Amino acid sequence: MSILINKDTKVITQGITGKTGQFHTEKCIEYANGKNCFVAGVNPKKAGESIFGVPIYASVKEAAAETGSTVSVIYVPPAGAAAAIWEACEADIDLAICITEGIPVRDMLAVRNKMRQKVEAGGKETLLLGPNCPGLITPDEIKIGIMPGHIHRKGRIGVVSRSGTLTYEAVGQLTEIGLGQSSAVGIGGDPINGLKHIDVMRMFNDDPDTDAVIMIGEIGGPDEAEAARWCKDNMKKPVVGFIAGVTAPAGKRMGHAGALISGGEDTADAKLAIMEECGFTVTRNPSEMAKLLKAML
Amino acid sequence: MKIHEYQAKELLRKYGVVTPRGIPCFSVDDAVKAAEELGGKIWVVKAQIHAGGRGKGGGVKLAKSIDEVKALAGEILGMQLITHQTGAEGQKVRRLLIEEGADIQKEYYVAALTDRATQKVAMMASSEGGMDIEVVAEETPEKIIKVFVDPLVGLTDAQATELANGIGVPAGSVDKAVDALKKLYTCYMETDASLAEINPLILEGNGNIKALDAKFNFDSNALYRHPEIVEYRDLDEEDADEVEASKYDLAYISLDGNIGCLVNGAGLAMATMDTIKLFGASPANFLDVGGGATTEKVTEAFKIMLQNPKVKGILVNIFGGIMRCDTIATGVVAAAKEVNLSVPLVVRMKGTNEDIGKKILAESGLPIISADSMAEAATKVVEAVK
Repeated sequence: MSILINKDTKVITQGITGKTGQFHTEKCIEYANGKNCFVAGVNPKKAGESIFGVPIYASVKEAAAETGSTVSVIYVPPAGAAAAIWEACEADIDLAICITEGIPVRDMLAVRNKMRQKVEAGGKETLLLGPNCPGLITPDEIKIGIMPGHIHRKGRIGVVSRSGTLTYEAVGQLTEIGLGQSSAVGIGGDPINGLKHIDVMRMFNDDPDTDAVIMIGEIGGPDEAEAARWCKDNMKKPVVGFIAGVTAPAGKRMGHAGALISGGEDTADAKLAIMEECGFTVTRNPSEMAKLLKAML
Repeated sequence: MKIHEYQAKELLRKYGVVTPRGIPCFSVDDAVKAAEELGGKIWVVKAQIHAGGRGKGGGVKLAKSIDEVKALAGEILGMQLITHQTGAEGQKVRRLLIEEGADIQKEYYVAALTDRATQKVAMMASSEGGMDIEVVAEETPEKIIKVFVDPLVGLTDAQATELANGIGVPAGSVDKAVDALKKLYTCYMETDASLAEINPLILEGNGNIKALDAKFNFDSNALYRHPEIVEYRDLDEEDADEVEASKYDLAYISLDGNIGCLVNGAGLAMATMDTIKLFGASPANFLDVGGGATTEKVTEAFKIMLQNPKVKGILVNIFGGIMRCDTIATGVVAAAKEVNLSVPLVVRMKGTNEDIGKKILAESGLPIISADSMAEAATKVVEAVK
């Protein structure tokens, strides 16, 4: 078991013919069961062609109907990425994973509210992971996104983070000390996104094959605090927490569009304090995340 | 991206929000001409810098004659204006706004910003205008009211009226306040702003509502579709190193410490800064070289870090995923040679082709200190700069 995806997941790639889409699709196909998982690409101008043996369809709807895919990964450039998310949503995909960095916030606001409206009107809910995220992986089964597959090992630790390389850092540490991962999830560095820490923590809590979780956050926004408060009452598994940006100045965007201190509980110190209060084992030393977790098992 | 007050007011006027008449100026002569053109008996001379707290810092003064305008303009233009947002060295004033006086009966605060938790636009208002809103939020949070706007619907009359009534706008002026709020919302959305703040929004003796001061930030992801906003950019107001770094697509922020850091990924870059602090020194910068760090990018990053005279050591922390450690190692060696690196350099590399990368560093003939973990790298660089 794992969360959200496994070796039987069928995936559509939106933006498969672009430079980034091509590069990462090839790596995803090479990883574990990828060859059987990545079954469709979308590009209206190249429908009927194929790339890496993957057939290209004119729309997500058509690709889903032809292949039975339930997940879509999006590499479409920023100006068209929100429309690509909405296309996946209109095709009633279960999970859309948007890797694209640099989508205007207004576009994300519009598409998130359209997604909410669709569900309120009785439509099917499409989960969104990202944007501006590395994607997610269930080691030895499937990787959807841009993370380096070889650092992962199959196992029973969940990892969730807003940052790509910091996720790899945690995974690398775990693998090094002999702890494999059930799933590693990058929720992305944008201020308006889909799945949040709390959603992923719920899934790890419910997953019988996850024993403990490393939750990594950063400055900006209320999400880590919200997740920690939920965990205090509900989480049955040990959690190690780290927040990046103790040294970040207020009011400056630190690389990620969402990594910006704008007041209230969104500093690293405030979030670390809340996580600690809620029963997490927190650390200010990101080099010891895996070591701390191992001590709790 | 930030803009000046006079530019913010220009935008607001474009959307129909009433502001005092004013003219931006770059010299004392311009300021005198502007005051004469505006006419009247009272003028406000306002320093234009990208920081709040200008009034308290002595950058906003009232003039009651043209001679006074001239004297004040001379005093303010060129001064190092220090406010709570500029840091101790202050910011040099290069532009002024000369404005007509206003008949202020009451000051309010209104703003639009994106609310992450609800994924809607928050419209905020307060009866305590003219003050630092963070102080109001701290001391009297009940005096700030908010409505959350569905971007698919827009700010409704009912919501705008709730705000206007909530901050105590007199009945006769509510319609005008509602109108200003709706225009502020439209302006916020159509310009892809991330913050649009009018503080204060004033009530005049005749019942009119005017924007007396305004502040905008824009979503840099959306600037590609707003050439008119990009034109407002004032590089003098930005950190020179940050401007230079942006030319090479490097995410760079200047900080106060003495250890330069070069990292791939924003989260890992912050974590590296934090680790340096944890082990007893301070980072000189935030620098994310991104996923596709070429030798050219790494070289430029080194040059920018070394321009800072405070930098006494450099820490490179790379988690090689898609980007291979050997590529980075080659880039680091080439960059160190090109810039004639004279400060200690600690490199921590992990991930794809880590061993080849370490070998390249070891055989480069450069005094590069190698480390396995972030903590070890930080310990070594802190030790090296002592």
